Amino acid sequence: MKSLEELKAIRDRMQGQVNIREEDADSLRIVVGMATCGIAAGARPVLTAFSDAVQEKGLKNVAVVQTGCVGLCQYEPIVEVYSKGNEKVTYVKMTAEKAKEVIEQHIVGGKIVTKYTINSEKIG
Amino acid sequence: MYRSHVLVCGGTGCTSSGSHQIVEALQKEIDKNGLTNEVQVVKTGCFGLCALGPIMIVYPEGSFYSMVKPEDIPEIVSEHLLKGRIVSRLLYNETVTENGIKSLNETNFYKKQHRVALRNCGVINPENIEEYIGTDGYAALGKVLTEMSPDDVIKCILDSGLRGRGGGGFPTGRKWQLAKDLVKGGQKYVCCNADEGDPGAFMDRSVLEGDPHVVLEAMAIAGYAIGASQGYIYVRAEYPIAVQRLEIAIKQAREYGLLGNNIFGTDFSFDIGLRLGAGAFVCGEETALMTSIEGNRGEPRPRPPFPAEQGLFKKPTILNNVETYANIPQIILKGADWFASMGTEKSKGTKVFALGGKINNTGLVEVPMGTTLREVIEEIGGGIPNGKKFKAAQTGGPSGGCIPAEHFDIHIDYDNLISIGSMMGSGGLIVMDEDTCMVDMAKFFLEFTVDESCGKCTPCRVGTKRMLEILEKITNGNGTLEDLDKLEKLCYYIKENALCALGQTAPNPVLSMMHFFKDEYIAHIVDKKCPAGVCKSLLSFEIIADKCKGCTLCARVCPAGAISGEVKNPHTIDKSKCVKCGACMEKCRFGAIVKK
Repeated sequence: MKSLEELKAIRDRMQGQVNIREEDADSLRIVVGMATCGIAAGARPVLTAFSDAVQEKGLKNVAVVQTGCVGLCQYEPIVEVYSKGNEKVTYVKMTAEKAKEVIEQHIVGGKIVTKYTINSEKIG
Repeated sequence: MYRSHVLVCGGTGCTSSGSHQIVEALQKEIDKNGLTNEVQVVKTGCFGLCALGPIMIVYPEGSFYSMVKPEDIPEIVSEHLLKGRIVSRLLYNETVTENGIKSLNETNFYKKQHRVALRNCGVINPENIEEYIGTDGYAALGKVLTEMSPDDVIKCILDSGLRGRGGGGFPTGRKWQLAKDLVKGGQKYVCCNADEGDPGAFMDRSVLEGDPHVVLEAMAIAGYAIGASQGYIYVRAEYPIAVQRLEIAIKQAREYGLLGNNIFGTDFSFDIGLRLGAGAFVCGEETALMTSIEGNRGEPRPRPPFPAEQGLFKKPTILNNVETYANIPQIILKGADWFASMGTEKSKGTKVFALGGKINNTGLVEVPMGTTLREVIEEIGGGIPNGKKFKAAQTGGPSGGCIPAEHFDIHIDYDNLISIGSMMGSGGLIVMDEDTCMVDMAKFFLEFTVDESCGKCTPCRVGTKRMLEILEKITNGNGTLEDLDKLEKLCYYIKENALCALGQTAPNPVLSMMHFFKDEYIAHIVDKKCPAGVCKSLLSFEIIADKCKGCTLCARVCPAGAISGEVKNPHTIDKSKCVKCGACMEKCRFGAIVKK
C-alpha cells in the first residue's frame, strides 16, 4: 500500500458490499416479489439488478429484500418501495433495465417513475 | 455482486457444534439452486451467542437462525434465499414475536451490548483483508502515519483513558509513553499477549478469530508511537483457528503493503511475527512471555527493570493484551473523547466478558464499563437455568475473586471490583448457582495454580501446594478451625513473597471465598457437612423406608451394587459400598432417596 488513495479505493469498493450486513429499521426497502409467479415472470434478474445497483452506488440505508406472492400474478415481476413517512410505491412488469431507471430516478433522485407504477396499468 | 449474504459463525464455539458442515451444505444447496452468483456464504467470527450454535444470519433481512442443522439447509435455501420466505420455525426464538420478527439488536442478549472491540466479529470474513478495509480497517493506521506525530498518538490514547484489558488495568497510553521516552532510539519491540489461559475465558480468542487485522493494525500504530519496527504476537497453540487466521491476516497485510517497508509511502516500516506458546499458564505473565519468545523456558523474572526499559531481548518493549489493541484503531478514528464518553469515571470504554457456568446464554458479551452484574447475568445472560438461585460470580479466573449475591448490583469496573476483593481480570465471568460449593470451587482454582506454577519461586511452588492440602483436608471432613487461620496466613504470605503475578494472585479466590462464604467453610469443619451437597466425603445417601415402594429401580442403576432389598419392600444403601454418584436419587420416582 503506497498511498491513502489506494486504501480509500478498496474501502469504497467494499463498503457498499459490507453495508448489506447493517440493520437499520429506518432504511428504505425495495421489496421484490419472488414467489413462483414472480420467478417465472423474470423476477430474479430484477432482484439482482436492484441489489447490484445499490451496492455499486454505495447507497446507504437501502435494503433490497424478497417477498412472496403479492396476489397480482399477471403483473409480475412486482417491486414495492417502502420508505418511512411515504406511501408504498408499487412497480409492475419490471425488468432489469427498468430497475436501473427506478434506482436512478426514484431511489437516488426521489422522483417516482410513474410510467412503471401499478397506476399506469388498467387493473379491472 | 451478491444480493444476499449468509454469515455463518466460524468461531471455535460454533465450529465445535458443526458450523463447518453447515457451510458445506449451504454452498452445495446454493449451487444446486443456481444462486451461486447471487448469494454469498461468509464464514465470520463469533456472534457471541455460543450456547445456540451453530449460528447463521441472512442479510439483508437480518434473519438470525440458531442451532441450525445440515438437514435444515435445503429448506432455508429454497424458501428463504430463493423465494424470500423466512423460515420462522428455525429463527432464534427471542426474535420471533406475536407482531412479527424483531431485529436482533432488540433482543435481550444484544440490546444492552455495545460492541467496540467486537465490532467486526460476526460481521466480516476474517480471512479477507478487503472486508476489513471496507469497515474502515487500516484507516486509523493511515491517519496516524500521515497526520499525527508519535506524541499525538500517545496523547490520544492517554486522553481516552484506555486501561489494559488483560486484567491489570494499567493505563495503556502511560505504558507507551514510558517505552517511547525511557530509552531514546534503538531497537524496540511491540508485543501482543494472546496467551489467554484463564479457565472459562475466550475473549481474546474470539477477537483473533473474528477480526485478526484489528490487532495487526493496532500493533503497527503502537510501533509508530514508540518507535519500534518489529512486533510479536504470542498466541497459544491451543487456539488453532486463531493461529490460522492470524497467519492468513499477516500474509495478506504484507501483500497489501500494510506490513513491511515504507507503509503508505512513509518512512515507517513495521512487521509482525507469530510465536506459539506451548500452553503454560505462566507464559501469560509478561516477563515469562518475553522469556519464552526469546526461546527460553517460560519463567518470570523480577521487575524492575520493567519491559518498557528492558523487555524482549533486553530492549524497550510494550506488551498489550489482544482486547486492548482491538480498541486502539477506533479510538484513533473516533477520537479520545468518544471513547472517554463511555464507561465510568476511572474505567473508560467497554469490556468483553466470556459468560460461562450456570447461565442460559453462554457466550461472549461486550458492555460499557459500569454495567451492573445483574444486567449482565439476568438480562443479557438470560438468567440461571432451571430456576436456581444466583450464588456468586467469579471474575478474573485463578487470579480473581468472587462477587456474592449481596453485591449483585455492583457497577462493574476496575476499581469497584478491587474494592470488594475481586478483580476485573481478563474477562472470564463464571456464574455459580446454589448447587456450587465454595470450598470445592476454591479447591478447583488452586488445583489449577498448583499445576501451572512454574516452580521458580518457593512461595508459589510450595505455598500453593500447602494451601491445596489444607483445602483437601477440609473437604474430606478432617479440617479444624486452626486450619482456617493457617490458610489465611499462608495466603497473605504468598501474596507478599511470590515472584510474579501468578503466585501473588493465586490466593485471591481462596481469600475472597473465605471472606464472603465463611459459614460454608465452618460448616465443612464443625458440622462435617457440605451445604451445597458437592463434597463427596461429607455426603451420605439414605433411603426413607416410608416412601420407598420397593420398585428396585435404584438397585438396578447403582453402579457399585450398594443397594439391596426385596421387591415391594423398602431398600437400603450399604454405605461402605456407596460411591456417592447420586444415580439412585436421580432415578427414584418417589423422592425416597435423600442426600445428607
